[in-house]
Amino acid sequence: MKKLIVGLFISVLPALTLAAGAAVPLDTMEPDHANKASLQRGAALFTNYCMGCHSMEYARYKRVSEDLGIPADLYEENLIFTGAKIGELMKNSMNKDMAADWFGAPPPDLTLESRLRGEDWIYSYLRGFYKDDSRPLGVNNVVFENVGMPHVLSDLQGLCAVEPKIGVDPSVDPLSGDVRNGSVCSEWASEGSMTPQEFNSAMYDLTNFMSYMGDPVKLERERLGTFALIFVAIFFIFAYLLNREYWKDVH
Amino acid sequence: MNKLLNWVDERLPVVDAWNKHVGKYYAPKNFNVWYFFGSLAMLVLVNQLITGIWLTMSYNPSAEGAFASVEYIMRDVQWGWLLRYLHSTGASAFFVVVYLHMFRGLMYGSYKKPRELIWIFGMLIYLVLMAEAFMGYLLPWGQMSYWGAQVIVNLFGAIPVIGDDLSLWIRGDYLISGITLNRFFALHVVALPIVLLGLVVLHILALHEVGSNNPDGIDIKKNKDENGIPKDGIPFHPYYTVHDLLGVGVFFFIFFIVVFFFPEMGGLFLEKPNFEPANALKTPDHIAPVWYFTPFYAMLRAVTVDLFGLDAKFWGVVVMGGAIAILFVLPWLDRSPVRSMRYKGMISKVALTLFVISFIVLGYLGIVPATEGRTTVAQILTTLYFLYFILMPFYTRMEKTKPVPERVTG
Repeated sequence: MKKLIVGLFISVLPALTLAAGAAVPLDTMEPDHANKASLQRGAALFTNYCMGCHSMEYARYKRVSEDLGIPADLYEENLIFTGAKIGELMKNSMNKDMAADWFGAPPPDLTLESRLRGEDWIYSYLRGFYKDDSRPLGVNNVVFENVGMPHVLSDLQGLCAVEPKIGVDPSVDPLSGDVRNGSVCSEWASEGSMTPQEFNSAMYDLTNFMSYMGDPVKLERERLGTFALIFVAIFFIFAYLLNREYWKDVH
Repeated sequence: MNKLLNWVDERLPVVDAWNKHVGKYYAPKNFNVWYFFGSLAMLVLVNQLITGIWLTMSYNPSAEGAFASVEYIMRDVQWGWLLRYLHSTGASAFFVVVYLHMFRGLMYGSYKKPRELIWIFGMLIYLVLMAEAFMGYLLPWGQMSYWGAQVIVNLFGAIPVIGDDLSLWIRGDYLISGITLNRFFALHVVALPIVLLGLVVLHILALHEVGSNNPDGIDIKKNKDENGIPKDGIPFHPYYTVHDLLGVGVFFFIFFIVVFFFPEMGGLFLEKPNFEPANALKTPDHIAPVWYFTPFYAMLRAVTVDLFGLDAKFWGVVVMGGAIAILFVLPWLDRSPVRSMRYKGMISKVALTLFVISFIVLGYLGIVPATEGRTTVAQILTTLYFLYFILMPFYTRMEKTKPVPERVTG
């Protein structure tokens, strides 16, 4: 019987390692919802560079301002461009039909993007743009081939002239001692205002913010989860003692 | 207090009912860990009912509003995220405990005479549970909700002559639409739960009529003391009520780990494409049902030959339906003189092990995209699945069984 149980578990194991079958290699990023400074910088980047086209219409400004510790008046003054009230949903004023004409498809809502594609994908995608004159907007992306989105962050990052190396770990050549694949882009078509390190860190913040937006209750959920588990553990001790008391005269 | 009880009891047999089903229901004293899952299934059912009622208060069953209302529950409704994760995790937990409960039945022969009706009611519960889960899965109105429903409802289209009209009738539209969503909502929150509760009552009434089986498969009523109480029986309350509390504790510990820390369970409990609203014009790369349906989905895909002028898809549906239907006649397939696997022969043990492995691996194959090699494996395992049942009347009779003891062995 024990063998049967062990067998059951072993046969279940493959199901737990379900790979989504990512065709493109990705860089990894570990979101940290407790890093409020990072989330605030991410919120500023998102509002300034993304929100013109991409809404976050399942979330409310007020929740963001509270969770991220941004005072409501500051938030309204600096991070709401549509004239919306702080209690409203984070919509934008782009007309979806016209946007479909411009880009081929309307820019998707991004509230749940981190849960749909994962943080690694977003972090890689944001850094995966390169110059490609065969495309209507002059840019392509190694993570999302033939993407319809322009490289809106090119004045920060610059524009890479060749395909950036995403999902490739840097390595040191044993003979020459040179670092290979040390930077994402080896040749630039135009320079941006940030160094590659600064841009990576900014994209970390932006991805972190999107991760938070996909699952805003994560920190609170895990905090409560710990208490819930402690409660159940204590409950179990009493249940165990009660059970032992009743069953001690059953033979 | 006693006066009130007497007053009620003269008008409604509450004391009688309590004694029959709880206080003086004598259950075998040798229940082991496999006997937790019946009460746990009940616990999960209550969880689904309560969280479901509260979710209904904020959910909007329309094609335009469904997806947004789920996010409204997740973000704006107080404790909404908890209610929703309890419900979505509860759905998977329900199938986990029900599958383990069914496995227990297979292992200890709990379906054998005189418990055939208990088994049949149980199978009906399983069937309704599948319908309930399938319809509930459409409600968040995500991409996988939508395309999963599209694929499954289209299966009915494979039936010759009436197929197309039948799937049209189920959908109420030419494709899955808000009309389908509304009727699935009605069935999910009203019709099927009522049927489910009724079947659970019948399942338990039938059980308490003939008494519980046990790991030895012995009839404890054969050995009674001078008061007519089975020597190997103990009152369900308090012995098994306190005992089941242990199971509840362990269950909640695991359940809460998922609810609070891994609510998506790596895409198994909440599939990633479902974080995108349903879009009739955009088919996802890979459509997979939720894990608890995948063994049957793998069987459906395993059938690749046209036969008698009928499409392979139709035969796939037949195989899938047959895989569930054959479970209903199980009590009459098992011809063994003993109930429990403990006293059955080697062939039965090997057969059950192969059956369980087939079912689990088929479940895995139903999740991953099909390749030629995987389809061949699925075909072999589907055959094994059916052979377990079809050959059962023969191997259970020819094998040598061990002698069954008079009294339970603990």
